[in-house]
Amino acid sequence: MSASSLSRRLLLLPCAALCCLPFAHALAQTTAAPAAITEARIAKLEAAAAAAQSGADNTWMLVSAALVLMMTGPGLALFYSGLVRRKNVLATMMQSFSMMAIITVLWALVSYSLAFDSGSAFIGGLHHVFLRGVGLSPDPDYAATLPLQTYMIYQLMFAIITPALITGAFAERMKFSAMCVFMVLWSLVVYSPMAHMVWGKGGLLNASLGGRFPTLDFAGGTVVHVTSGVSALVCALYLGKRVGYPREPMMPHSVVLSLVGACMLWVGWFGFNAGSALSSGPLATSAFVNTHFGAAAAAIAWGAAEWIRNGKPSALGAISGAVAGLVAITPAAGYVQPMGALAIGLIAGFFCYAMVVFVKNLFGYDDSLDAFGVHGAGGTLGAILTGIFASSAINPIFKDAKGAVLPSGAIEGNWHQVGNQAVGVAIAWALSIVGTLVLLKLVDLVIGLRVSADDEAEGLDISQHGEEGYDFAS
Amino acid sequence: MYKIEAILQPSRLDAVKDALLEAGIEGMTILEARGHGRQKGHTEFYRGREYTVDLLPKIKLETVVQDELVEKAVSAISNAARTGKIGDGKIFLTKVDEAIRIRNDERGPTAL
Repeated sequence: MSASSLSRRLLLLPCAALCCLPFAHALAQTTAAPAAITEARIAKLEAAAAAAQSGADNTWMLVSAALVLMMTGPGLALFYSGLVRRKNVLATMMQSFSMMAIITVLWALVSYSLAFDSGSAFIGGLHHVFLRGVGLSPDPDYAATLPLQTYMIYQLMFAIITPALITGAFAERMKFSAMCVFMVLWSLVVYSPMAHMVWGKGGLLNASLGGRFPTLDFAGGTVVHVTSGVSALVCALYLGKRVGYPREPMMPHSVVLSLVGACMLWVGWFGFNAGSALSSGPLATSAFVNTHFGAAAAAIAWGAAEWIRNGKPSALGAISGAVAGLVAITPAAGYVQPMGALAIGLIAGFFCYAMVVFVKNLFGYDDSLDAFGVHGAGGTLGAILTGIFASSAINPIFKDAKGAVLPSGAIEGNWHQVGNQAVGVAIAWALSIVGTLVLLKLVDLVIGLRVSADDEAEGLDISQHGEEGYDFAS
Repeated sequence: MYKIEAILQPSRLDAVKDALLEAGIEGMTILEARGHGRQKGHTEFYRGREYTVDLLPKIKLETVVQDELVEKAVSAISNAARTGKIGDGKIFLTKVDEAIRIRNDERGPTAL
């Protein structure tokens, strides 16, 4: 907000100077009705300045929306498919890619409305089904300088990647049909309500629109990563282990694909986090810088942990660390100082490494591609750390009745915020656990979640899609 | 005629190929293979999980030569492939009854 008004003021300075010249000229000619002419000119200039501001913001937001879509395809599709066995490479990519189509249609029909229509504190209403009333003029509650459709399409990209992240937990063993139905239901029952609570008008946790428990979640730490990560854990537990796990080796078939995908995730995340400023001003820069710093620090942390423990830092470890850092910095991106971002990344790299290496093996669940260990654990950690490292100098989000800036995070003395963050995280965990469990049970009864043991042995590429990722004969 | 099958370290392939050409053997077939003998595999770590990889990448070279070239070929291969370490591979010899050139149905050693 402050960013856009500042740049508007800067724009107006030369405009005001230009205004004075014709004004003086008019004064010399006649003193009748100069005020009306000046008023009209100022109004014209203000409109031009606003259009320029809107143009700049809209440009960045459309680019950001495209970047976030690129995170799912090919970013996540490559990242995940490299980690599975060769016989499941296409099926794993399809699980991400199909979300780009299915969730888009769902969003246009109903789920955008459930997330962003003003409704109750928990879920949006139905005024915007079929995108009724979602046009090209801005909605100042969400983004005063953006056509509402830009906001809608940008938010859609988040709704696409969130269910796609879950697919890592049940990789190599879920029916494609069951996955499609489950994801549609999950998007309606878990994603839309959570997005509404954190970002929607009247949402329970909305920090900028006066929610009951203002939770700082800049770009979706709770909405995207906690929900997907915790739901992933529920999926892994409910579906059970892959046949042969952990007795048989299930090595990644191509860490090369995963590395390429991880780099696309990293770049795409600039749209995810810096785009969440919903403007092209300094706040976007701050989120961009923090995103990059968080990823770098966490890549070093995970790599170092492996180097110490195994004697070698692996490529898979470095990219897993980078993704963990990106997850953890997501809620914090527009609230913390760069040094805070480095700290969050460093902590997240070590923490997620421990979750994936020690905790998973301790409990023995088969979270195949570590969707919980990275997104659930990293998202939870990042949400809490945001409450600690948030700085009012970066983003003065809390103000008293007179407009004076109040402290943001615990480093400024506002320990209360850590409690609010915990409330946001707890709600995300509860909604994800209950919602996912009920939906899995439902889909299991109607369709059946797992492929047969024979289909699993043959691989999902052939059994679910009738094609192969690699054909070495031709 | 003898068929020579040699299991080699992939890194020695170029040297072996050159040595065979020098020994006057012009045809060969190369297969990428996996296997192990007495040499045990190595350990790989993926996200903290340890995998023992005991089938290691190898090259299998096949060529069929006339009787008088067999010893020359065998020493060319073993000299070029030897690093002195475990895992250098093996050479197997098998008697071959007939060789046929598909292009013109030529038979015997001249078909090689």
